[in-house]
Amino acid sequence: MRISRRILAGLATASIATTLTSCGGGSKTSGSFDDSVTVGILHSLSGTMAISESTLVDTEIMAIEEINASGGITIDGKSYKIEYIIEDGASDWPTFAEKSKKLIDQDEVPVVFGGWTSASRKAMLPVYESKDAFLYYPIQYEAQECSNNIFYTGATPNQQSEPATEFMYKRSPAAGGDFFFVGSDYVFPRTSNTITKAQVKQLGGKVVGEDYLPLGNTEVAPIISKIKKALPSGGIIINTLNGDQNVAFFKQIQDAGITPSEGYYVMNYSIAEEEISTIGPEFLEGHYGAWNYMMSIDSPASKKFAANFKKRWGSDRVVADPQESAYNMVYLWKQAVEDAGTFDDNAVRDALIGQKFDAPQGPVEVMPNHHLSQTVRIGEINSEGGFTILEETDVVLPQAWNQKHPSSKGFACDWTDPSKGEKYRL
Amino acid sequence: MELLLDSIFNGIAIGSVLLVAALGLAIVFGLMGVINLAHGELMMLGAYTTYVTQLIFKLPILKPFYNWYVIISIFLAFIVSGVVGIVLEKTIIRKLYGNPLETLLATWGVSLILQQFVRSVPLSYGSGLIISLLIGLLLPLFFPKKIKESIKFKYYKFASWSFATLIGILSAELISSLISKLGRASSRNVDVTAPAWMRGQIEILGNTFPKTRLMIIIITLISVIAIICFLNQSAWGIRIRAVTQNRQMCDCLGISTEKVDVITFGIGSGLAGVAGVAVSLLGSVGPNVGGNYIVGCFMVVVLGGVGNLLGTIFASFGIGIMTDLIGAGRLLNIWPNMPLSLSNTINFFATTSMARVMIFALIVIFLQFKPSGLFPQKGRMVES
Repeated sequence: MRISRRILAGLATASIATTLTSCGGGSKTSGSFDDSVTVGILHSLSGTMAISESTLVDTEIMAIEEINASGGITIDGKSYKIEYIIEDGASDWPTFAEKSKKLIDQDEVPVVFGGWTSASRKAMLPVYESKDAFLYYPIQYEAQECSNNIFYTGATPNQQSEPATEFMYKRSPAAGGDFFFVGSDYVFPRTSNTITKAQVKQLGGKVVGEDYLPLGNTEVAPIISKIKKALPSGGIIINTLNGDQNVAFFKQIQDAGITPSEGYYVMNYSIAEEEISTIGPEFLEGHYGAWNYMMSIDSPASKKFAANFKKRWGSDRVVADPQESAYNMVYLWKQAVEDAGTFDDNAVRDALIGQKFDAPQGPVEVMPNHHLSQTVRIGEINSEGGFTILEETDVVLPQAWNQKHPSSKGFACDWTDPSKGEKYRL
Repeated sequence: MELLLDSIFNGIAIGSVLLVAALGLAIVFGLMGVINLAHGELMMLGAYTTYVTQLIFKLPILKPFYNWYVIISIFLAFIVSGVVGIVLEKTIIRKLYGNPLETLLATWGVSLILQQFVRSVPLSYGSGLIISLLIGLLLPLFFPKKIKESIKFKYYKFASWSFATLIGILSAELISSLISKLGRASSRNVDVTAPAWMRGQIEILGNTFPKTRLMIIIITLISVIAIICFLNQSAWGIRIRAVTQNRQMCDCLGISTEKVDVITFGIGSGLAGVAGVAVSLLGSVGPNVGGNYIVGCFMVVVLGGVGNLLGTIFASFGIGIMTDLIGAGRLLNIWPNMPLSLSNTINFFATTSMARVMIFALIVIFLQFKPSGLFPQKGRMVES
């Protein structure tokens, strides 16, 4: 007994030691600044989300370093250097709330850049609302939310899935075909597919089936037999699977003959350049993706963004849409602070609306509903692991409350007008 | 009839993944009574072995044999997971026999350590470590009997471990210099691509069947036959069964129970490695890949009846066929004119998430009536 307890204690310590990761740490170099300001960065650096979220930390650090290199933030002729505190959300949603409290109360940061999953955002939301602090959230998400204390720089469904669905039904090689939805079983795929279903109905198409894979499950055999039954001679598959589940899905559908050459085309909402390289382009070639930013955009701003990132973090790294959103939000915050002339939350919030920025994807503008107006692109995945851009929309305005979802049709959000606020009838 | 055949085919495909994953656990948990929560991580090591083998076979010298790397990785994975299992047994599990709850906590700790290990240590060094463990464990066995019995044996042992460490470091350096990808630690998931002859599909009895699934069924079949033959025919197999039934008596009769324990645990772990190869063909390879299967494995072993291999086989194919019947809503096709309320119920459960809920519920109900599973252990056990 004694021995076993000792071993267990040792094991417990060892496992705690391995799961703990270092927190904190800021840039220390001094330049010719009059003062400094410390911001918070809150993403998962350990656990299942670490792979994705650490790319955002890298991008945010790069943006902060770029701003510092060009003189920092200037308020009333005084220059401020941006310092940062990195906190680890550990892929655990209550930890995100706890670390937010720490950043706001203890470190007194004026702004927090953070989050990836909707679950982490929902856990943080009450903290920011009760303390009247400000969170900048950089991921494409299901919308149906509009908080005065969050600024959303990712796409809303009408800036990603709606143009993509229209493309698939009207102009893709499978145009006019039936739809099948596959997704991971959590809030984003279900909300997104409710919206797409309403849209398909409006377009005159037909949804012949849908299925959701529990998170962590990679047994897709029943889904494949359902797809074959529902779409015997090809059709459109809308895929909102997450992470590793995509690997299992694409490997197995290819083996089962569900490929572009057989008339099956998959439109993906969660596969960017980073994911293509993990899944392997040979499984994805010929399928589609929809994003605001794609690394293959042929503009000086886009090329500079990608080149700078490679220079800072290594030549084998790629940039993708979530990183671009994270990059934009740091710059938009800087512009708003300079316009407001203070770091005070409320003043910055007012100054933020209407800010314009020449982002790598093209011009973006902050709308009164705390979302960004963005350009939407449809791309075909090519054998080099990138997107061949097929279509590009004009700038699309964000809908915080989706106009196709039955529960939010006819509502909008406007924080510039006190009588309108979070949700008002149009 | 055709629909039923379809369902059976799919059920076997799903069930064989469950079976190959649960086979090692059936031995470790079923025969030895060790609740091994690190079983999934031993599978993960097998999956990573497949990945490393794939990269090694892409080297110019071995390129002509690239088509066969999966077959070779099955043996390598068995050895890698087996070695790690033996080390685990010798260092941790041995002290905990008879305390299932303590094995549960200890092996859970081990699973966290192994997950973090593959995240933070380059795979080349991991391979080097395994090579040195293998040499260190095997070399002393080949010493002449005279040395083994002499008092200086421990010095020889020390020397052989030093030699093993040296070889391990050298091979780690060699692998890192040949394949730079393996020389860096990374928490990103990696990918195993099956060789061309294993991709695509073939037709059996009018059904198209993915070749990788067929490969998994073959791996499962061979593992099951091999393990049954081993347990029933070989001298060691018979000793293993004897020890699990009556440890004290075996001790008295001069069977080295310590050796039997090491071999049993090693084989159970090695089978987990083989399962890892199978799983790597279906999805991606990452630190968490084993965690996805562990609950399913325990479910199969408990449902089949702890300590009974036949039960494990029936339980995994049973769960596979049920998953397909419920998850793909096939009952509707078999009986198209059923009442609306019934068909609505079936449609409600005809999604992957709900099928899982339904199957767990059915298993719980089943275990209410037959608490010791499909095939309960018969006879009088000393330890029970």
